[in-house]
Amino acid sequence: MAAKKKAASKKAATRKKAAAKKSAAKKSAGAASLTAQSSVREPANDVDLYGVMGVYDTPADAMHAAEKVRDAGYRRWDVHTPFPVHGMDDAMGMKPSKVGYFSFAGGATGYTVGMTMIYWMNAVDYQIVIGGKPMFSPFFAFPVSYECTILLAAFGTLLGMAFLNRLPRLHHPLLANKTFRAGATHDKFIVVIETTDPRYSETDTVDLLKSTGCKKIEFVEE
Amino acid sequence: MSAVDHSNVNIIPPPKEVEREPLVTNNRSLGWISDQVCKIMEDKMPAWWWPTFIVSLMLMSVMFVCIAYLISTGVGTWGLNQPVAWAWDITNFVFWIGIGHAGTLISAILFLLRQKWRTSINRAAEAMTIFAVMCAGIFPVIHTGRVWYAAWWLPPIPNMYDIWPQFRSPLLWDVFAVSTYFTVSLLFWYTGLVPDLATMRDRCKTKVRKFLYGLFALGWTGSNRHWSNYEKAYLILAGLSTPLVLSVHSIVSFDFAVSQLPGWHTTIFPPYFVAGAIFSGFGMVLTLMIPLRTLCNLEDLITVRHVELMCKVITATGSMVGYAYIMEFFIALYGGNPYEQYAFQNRAFGPYWWAYLAMFSCNVISPQLFWFRAIRRNMIAVFFISIVVNIGMWFERFVIIVTSLHRDYLPSNWGYFSPTWVDIWTFVGSFGLFMTLFLLFLRYLPVIAISEVKGVTPQADPHHPLGGAKAGHH
Repeated sequence: MAAKKKAASKKAATRKKAAAKKSAAKKSAGAASLTAQSSVREPANDVDLYGVMGVYDTPADAMHAAEKVRDAGYRRWDVHTPFPVHGMDDAMGMKPSKVGYFSFAGGATGYTVGMTMIYWMNAVDYQIVIGGKPMFSPFFAFPVSYECTILLAAFGTLLGMAFLNRLPRLHHPLLANKTFRAGATHDKFIVVIETTDPRYSETDTVDLLKSTGCKKIEFVEE
Repeated sequence: MSAVDHSNVNIIPPPKEVEREPLVTNNRSLGWISDQVCKIMEDKMPAWWWPTFIVSLMLMSVMFVCIAYLISTGVGTWGLNQPVAWAWDITNFVFWIGIGHAGTLISAILFLLRQKWRTSINRAAEAMTIFAVMCAGIFPVIHTGRVWYAAWWLPPIPNMYDIWPQFRSPLLWDVFAVSTYFTVSLLFWYTGLVPDLATMRDRCKTKVRKFLYGLFALGWTGSNRHWSNYEKAYLILAGLSTPLVLSVHSIVSFDFAVSQLPGWHTTIFPPYFVAGAIFSGFGMVLTLMIPLRTLCNLEDLITVRHVELMCKVITATGSMVGYAYIMEFFIALYGGNPYEQYAFQNRAFGPYWWAYLAMFSCNVISPQLFWFRAIRRNMIAVFFISIVVNIGMWFERFVIIVTSLHRDYLPSNWGYFSPTWVDIWTFVGSFGLFMTLFLLFLRYLPVIAISEVKGVTPQADPHHPLGGAKAGHH
């Protein structure tokens, strides 16, 4: 939890480090070798690396791996799954989502806009008496304001989610990777640790993934 | 720790009486689910698709021809006239918008109630909602006659005297309710589609498909940090859609209930309309799903249990509707208003007795057949009753609208409504529009929420005894 907060404040520092690391992350052959249990696919020489990924067959295995990566103190990493795996948020040490604030802001705006619009149009800008009813009453203005509340809250939710997820994205290094594309949205559970993570190291990170029982480890090009 | 080997885990089966039929039968694997659903889009067009599509397209064209004739000539081409100034137009509007409600009920209310069986039907039901609301939206717009003025009536734009629309009218509330309903349903549907579009993007072969699915998948990678926000957003959208769907049909019922007309001016209308809407919507979901599960080989995903559960919802809402029909009569009697009493007596025994009889037998009697397990599990019987339900619900709206209007307070203002061919073919053609959109959806978008169905399989739960196992066969 605390690690994440620090990560935010240290963002700038991390980025600088990342730039330095990138040149260091150019692959020098033979750093991680093939072992009996896990196959490690070596990248070509002289390419920028985005990260290293471990492919798991079951949600339980990926979740136990996530717990290990979290406890090892990594910050720039993720688990990619074909459906939301319940319990993964805790396994990754994530905080609850902040989407709700955006929904509330949208809803509050919608209600205010609805009420103000009706008041201004029917009671200020052009008054017409209809059936002896008052020019404005919160009761008759409610149904429309209520619909405006829901409409803008829905947009707030969706745009808030897109903003928090930094979507839409037209390109992502992971989506250029064949193993990733074949599994992440199909039936595989993939842990990805980025090279920009301050704790990333070509040998230790791969060893960590190996220690989780990962059968298939691969480097992802930038 | 190494990966746990689950191959010899001994699972003690639950006692027979608490055992439930699984949501995905035949113990299918996660990969099988995406393969089977994507096959509908990836394989060659099945033989039945083209003829169905062409017939739908032709019916849709008939509707547009009728609308063109109506707009170019005038609303006199329809059978409605004083005293019946609202007839098939508003009947069709309420009919279609009601059908949409089942989609939102399945996607939002059943989600909040943690009904996991919703996952394999929610995508198609939501698509049905969107297409039904599109069909519904056509009728109130064209019934105004001079549709080119619609821009001044619908959104708040001042007219040439700088007068704003007045918000004391339920008709304007309806504009906001229906347009919000359409927009939010579309957003909700799209949100659910994003992970499945990513699945499509990652497996499709042609460049065009890769580009289009990729574009609309927004770069989704299935990241858990994204899923966390996504699930929260989905929950909030469900929470927003629930009061929305209840408000929409309540506001539709205000179009009638807020007026002073006997037969319309009743407080039971909002809950009665909402129950009827869900009732008719589930009827339409079953009408679509029963052929779909057979034609697209989805019997393992849309199981007999799913059909049975939907039948139970139909019996529940059908009984609510039946209660409302009887309660309306009781209140008319108990209220002591002679005009109200006459309106109801005339509704059941007047010149439109046949419509009332059709409504009552289709809506109150036919769903009671679903008390029998054998009927709920008989796909042909369910398909037939689901169509009967929709016929009944169309008649309900016809009865409410036309029988209340056709005899005004003075007998000199009495009349009898008969539809013209334009009335009939515009309505029939709206089914063409609905089916055309639905068949295109079937062909180009995942008809079942792949990621959601994966999530309710036993092997998806990391804590389930089977959870770790890569269970299931292909």
